[in-house]
Amino acid sequence: MVISPMKTLQCLAGLLLMALAGHASATGSLRIAAAADLKFAMDEIAATFRQSHPDARVEVIYGSSGNFKAQIQQGAPFDLFFSADIAFPRELREAGLAASEVRPYATGRIVLWSGQTDASKLTLADLTSADYRKIAIANPTHAPYGKRAEEALRASGVWGKVEPRLVYGENIAQTAQFVQSGNAQIGIIALSLALNPELAGKGGMAGYYLIPDALHEPLEQGFIITRRAAGNPLARDFADFMDSTAARATMVRYGFVLPGEQRAIGP
Amino acid sequence: MLSANDLTAIWLTLKLATVVTGVLLLIGTPIAWWLARTRSWWKRPVAAIVALPLVLPPTVIGFYLLVAMGPYGPLGQLTEALGLGLLPFTFAGLVVASVIYSMPFVIQPLHNAFEAIGERPLEVAATLRAGPVDRFFSVAMPLARPGFITGAILGFAHTIGEFGVVLMIGGSIPGQTRVVSVQIYDHVQAFEYARAHWLAGALLVFSFLVLLALYAFNPSRRATWS
Repeated sequence: MVISPMKTLQCLAGLLLMALAGHASATGSLRIAAAADLKFAMDEIAATFRQSHPDARVEVIYGSSGNFKAQIQQGAPFDLFFSADIAFPRELREAGLAASEVRPYATGRIVLWSGQTDASKLTLADLTSADYRKIAIANPTHAPYGKRAEEALRASGVWGKVEPRLVYGENIAQTAQFVQSGNAQIGIIALSLALNPELAGKGGMAGYYLIPDALHEPLEQGFIITRRAAGNPLARDFADFMDSTAARATMVRYGFVLPGEQRAIGP
Repeated sequence: MLSANDLTAIWLTLKLATVVTGVLLLIGTPIAWWLARTRSWWKRPVAAIVALPLVLPPTVIGFYLLVAMGPYGPLGQLTEALGLGLLPFTFAGLVVASVIYSMPFVIQPLHNAFEAIGERPLEVAATLRAGPVDRFFSVAMPLARPGFITGAILGFAHTIGEFGVVLMIGGSIPGQTRVVSVQIYDHVQAFEYARAHWLAGALLVFSFLVLLALYAFNPSRRATWS
C-alpha cells in the first residue's frame, strides 16, 4: 500500500487537532508552581487533595521562586504560586497578576546539615574548621534560603572565614543535593528538606542543627491564585485546603512554622 | 555596563575554553587519527562514544559526573587517593566536564579531515622513506590543517556555550566555576535584567564573530558540525 504525502499530512493534522482538543477540554485541572523547599511537603498535600478530587488533574512543578515570578509575569500557565519569599507573590499582586490576596502559608527555617557527620552536635562557629572543605548554601543573590544563610553566617561572625569555601546551589534543593552527594561536606539547607526521608535516612545521619531564627530575617512564605485561575474553582479549593488539618499537619511535619504558630519542631 | 564580577566570569570562561581546546586537540588528534586509519571493528563503538555528548542532555553528563567525581564515586576516590581532592566545584572539574562535553566538536572535524587525506599522499611519503611519525607530522598534519582549525574553533565556541553541566557540578564560585553562562543565569534569577542584557549581548556578538571567522576561513566546504 502506498501512503500518499497528502494522506500523511491529513493524519498528522488530525492527530494535532486531537491533541489540542484534549488539552483544551481538560477542565478540572490545576497546575501549581511551588518553591523547591516544598518538594516533599507539597507532594503529600497534593496527594491528599487528589483523594478528595479524583477527577481533577493536579500537577505540581517545583523550582526557584524567582524563576516562577518572572515566568508568571510572562504569562506562564500556573494556577497557584507558592513562593519561598512572600515578596514575589506580593509583587505579582501589585502588578495585577493575582486573583487572590497574598496568603502567608508558612515560615521556613534553615539548618546545618551534613551527609557525613552528625550536624546536631555542631553550631555555625564549627564551620570555620578546615574539615569542611566545601560548604554549600543556596545562591544568596537570588535564592531566599541563600539570603538567610548568608545573614546567619554574618551574624555569627564566621562569614569572612567560610566564604572562600562556599559553593552556591541554584536553589535550595540543589544545595541539599550537593551535600547529600558528599561533594560538599556540609551545608545550610531548608529544615523541610532535612526532614524528608531521603535525606534524613542518609547513612543514619539524621541529625541537623536548627539555626536560631534570631540570626536572620524570617523566611516568610506566601502564595497566590494567579489571575489566569480566577475562574478555576479547583484553585480556590486547593487554597482553602491549605488551611485543612491534614495539610497543616503535613506542613508542620516538614518543619514549617505555620502562620499564627510559634516554633518549628526540634531535632 | 559590565561589572568586575562579569569581567571575572568572562576571563574565567575564556581560560576554560582555551584549556579545554588545548586538551582536546592533544587527546583528540590521536583518537581522530586512529578512527580515520583503523579497519578494526572497534571503530564503530568508539565513534559512537565520541558522538554521545552531541545527543545526551547536559543533565545526564552533569548527573553522572557529579556522582562519579563525588567522594563515593570511582573518579572521586581516585582523585582523593592521588591527593588532588574532589573535582566538583573546581576549575579542574569544569575542565574534565567540558572536555567530555565538547569532545565531538573537536574530534569529528579532525576525523573527517584525516579521512579526506586518503591513502595516496601517505603512500607517496612512505616511498620517500618517511617513517610513520614523520608521515603524520610532515604530511597528515599539514593536509588536515582545516580540520584542526575547524575543530579548535568549534571546541572553543562550544565550551563557551556550555551551561547545563556547569550548573550541575559548578556551584557558581566566582573566579572558579562561575562562567559567563552561569553569571547570566544568576543575573536573570536576581532580576538584574540590565546586567544580563550586557553579558548576553556580548556573548551573542562574540559567538557570531567566531562562527563568521569559521565560515570565512572555510568558504568552500561547509563547516563540519557532526
